Amino acid sequence: MVEAVAFYLFAALTIAMFAITVMSKNVLYSMSSLAAGMIFISAFFFLLDADFLGVVQIIVYSGAVMALYAFGMMFFDATKDVKEKNPSKKIVFFLSGMIALLLVIILLSPIISEKVKALYPMSEEVGNAEAVGVVLFTKYLVPFEVAAIMLLVAMIAGIILASKRMDESITLKIDQEIEKEQKGEL
Amino acid sequence: MDGAFVIETIIKILIVLGLFSALAGFGTYVERKVLAFMQRRLGPMHVGPYGLLQVLADGIKLFTKEDFIPKGANRVIFMIAPVITAATAFIAMAAIPMFPEFTLGGYTVKPIISDINVGLLFVLGVMATGLYGPLLAGMASQNKWSILGAARTAIQFLSYEVVTGLSVLAPVMIVGSLSLIDFNNYQAGGVSDWLLWKQPVAFVLFLIAGFAETNRTPFDLLEHEAEVISGYATEYSGMRWGMFFIGEYANMFTLGFLASLIFLGGFNDLWFIPGAIAILLKVFFIFFFLLWTRASWPHVRPDQLMWLCWKVLMPIAVINVVVTGIVMMF
Repeated sequence: MVEAVAFYLFAALTIAMFAITVMSKNVLYSMSSLAAGMIFISAFFFLLDADFLGVVQIIVYSGAVMALYAFGMMFFDATKDVKEKNPSKKIVFFLSGMIALLLVIILLSPIISEKVKALYPMSEEVGNAEAVGVVLFTKYLVPFEVAAIMLLVAMIAGIILASKRMDESITLKIDQEIEKEQKGEL
Repeated sequence: MDGAFVIETIIKILIVLGLFSALAGFGTYVERKVLAFMQRRLGPMHVGPYGLLQVLADGIKLFTKEDFIPKGANRVIFMIAPVITAATAFIAMAAIPMFPEFTLGGYTVKPIISDINVGLLFVLGVMATGLYGPLLAGMASQNKWSILGAARTAIQFLSYEVVTGLSVLAPVMIVGSLSLIDFNNYQAGGVSDWLLWKQPVAFVLFLIAGFAETNRTPFDLLEHEAEVISGYATEYSGMRWGMFFIGEYANMFTLGFLASLIFLGGFNDLWFIPGAIAILLKVFFIFFFLLWTRASWPHVRPDQLMWLCWKVLMPIAVINVVVTGIVMMF
C-alpha cells in the first residue's frame, strides 16, 4: 500500500520534472528540474530494495554529471529565456508522439502478460554492494573492462586537451605580464 | 509497515530536525565564544548572562528581517536554493546511527531514521547534492559576485568530494561494508580497535576534505568573509540567508558524527563512559577542532586550494588505497 502510493507519487514527480526540463525556455528551470528528476528516479531503486543503485544514481547523476552541466551553464546568462527556433509542425509532433506511444505499448505488453521475474533478486544474506560486485565481476566482466578502457581513453584525451600551460599560475602573474602576453609581446 | 514503525519514524525525524536546528543556532554562539577566548576577547556579552540569549536575539532578527528578492533574479529558483542546502543537510542525517540502541518502556528504539545497508554512501551522496544550494543561489541572483562565488563553490565541492570518497574507501575495504553500524561494531573492542590507528592517513585526509565540504576556514572560499561581499549569498537576507547557515552547521555535525563513527570508535563504550555520551564527546571535540582551526589559520587562496586537492591530497589518497589493498592481500 505505502509502496504503491510512493511509486505513483514519484512517477508523477519524475514525469513532471522532466516535462519542465523539456518545455521550459529558461536554462535555470530546465537544469534544476533535470537534477530534481534524477533524484526522484533514485526513489524507484529504493522502492525495489536496490539501495546501492539508488545511492549511485544520486551520486553519479545529480552529484557529478548535473553539477558539471551546471558549471557549464555558468558561462551563459541563466536568467534570460532562450529563444528557440520552433516552427510549428503539428503533424510531425503528432506522428512522433503516436510512434512513441506505440513503442511503449509494444514493449509493455509482454510484461503485463508474463509478470517479469528478476534475474538477480535481492537477497537478505548478501548485501547490495556485494551482489552488484559479484554480477559485475563474473557475468559482465568484459563490458565492465571495456567501459573502464573507454573512461581511461576519455581521461587521457581530457588531460591532453587541457594540459597546455598547466604549470603556469594565472593568480601568481602580475597583471601587466598577462596584458603583454595578450598583445603578443612575450 | 505497521503503525508503530511509522509513528516512531516520524518522532525520530521531528527530533533530528528540531534538535539540529537548535544546535545550529547554539553552534554560532559557541563559535563566537571559542573564537573570542582564543583571541583574548570577550565575545557576545550583552544579551543575557554571558550573552547566552544572543542566539535568541539573532533568531528574532533573522525571522523579522525583510525577505528581499532582487528585481532581476529568477524568483522561484532564488527562493528554493536555500531550502536545498538546509534540506540536504538534514536528509543526510537520516542514515546516521547517532546513539546505541536503547529500550524505552519495553520497546527497543534504534536511534537511526532509516537503516539502509549503504548508509555511508548515502550520507556522502546527499551531502554532495547540497552543492545545488549555493550553485543555484548564485546563478539565480543575477549578480556578478554571486555567480563568481557559486563557481568557486562548485569547483571546491566537486574537487574535495573526490578526496572524501577516496579517503573513506580504505576503511570501507578493511571493514568490508558500507553500513555505518557495521563500522561501529567493527571497532567494538575498545580504543585499540579504532580504525584511526589502522588508517591515520585516511583520517587526516577525511578531516581536511571535511573542512572544505563544510566551508570552514582555512578553506572557506564559498563565502570568503575577507571579501566584503559574501560569495553566493550576496543577495540573500533574513531567514533565507539563515537557512544556508543552518545547513552549514548541520553539515558540521554530520561531519562530526561520520568521523567519530568511521575512525573514532563510534558509540561503543569508552572505558567507563557509556556509548551515548562517548559519541557526543567525540562529536563535540571535532566541532571544537573546526573552531580551533578557524582561530589559528588564515585563508588559503583559491589556486592553493586546488593545488592542495589535486596535487597533494588526491595522490596521497590513491596511494593510501593501493597500500591498504596490498597489505590486505598478503
